[in-house]
Amino acid sequence: MNTVFNRATLTASAAALAITAVAAPALAQRDPAYEAARASGKVGEKTDGYLGIAGAVDAGTRKVVDDINIKRRALYASKAQAANATLEEYAMTAGCLAIARTAPGEKYQAPDGSWQTRTSAPPIRDPRCP
Amino acid sequence: MNAGKLTNRAFLSHKVPMRKAGAVLMAMLGSATAAGCISVNAPDKPIVIELNINIKQEVIYRLAPGAQNTIEENSSIF
Repeated sequence: MNTVFNRATLTASAAALAITAVAAPALAQRDPAYEAARASGKVGEKTDGYLGIAGAVDAGTRKVVDDINIKRRALYASKAQAANATLEEYAMTAGCLAIARTAPGEKYQAPDGSWQTRTSAPPIRDPRCP
Repeated sequence: MNAGKLTNRAFLSHKVPMRKAGAVLMAMLGSATAAGCISVNAPDKPIVIELNINIKQEVIYRLAPGAQNTIEENSSIF
């Protein structure tokens, strides 16, 4: 009896997990305007953990970038406080990782401040990056 | 035959810059005396200290695992 119950519970939790796995990527998807701006190289990842404008953009794209940067800053601030770090430390760490996960064709900022296009090779990052 | 000329010129090249240096020194002294004082102005722009250079690698390594999770959990803004 107990075994049957356990099996049922397991099946239920497996089903719940499957649903979460399907639902999560849908929630986490980028806004199409943001995705397009990244793919076209108008918007890139900066070394400080925020998005930057790397090409000529319209006011709409600028707004998208500003909104995301405000959200990122709020996120960094709360996570930094929880980790006993400063906002800049946390933001720079996130910047290292965000540059590392850029896709080929997307823009990122090199340590010298120049905009680079990501290739299949590893990006040029600050030597302190993990 | 040329040796004599060369020696003479070597002497000149050695001697003339010394005189020039003397003239420059005199000119500097003269202008300093004329100006009377040296003025030092404060910069008109604020002094910006780049905070990023103070961030240590060990801090970044400590924060990296958590930051990786943060990015994955909030991938719509990354």
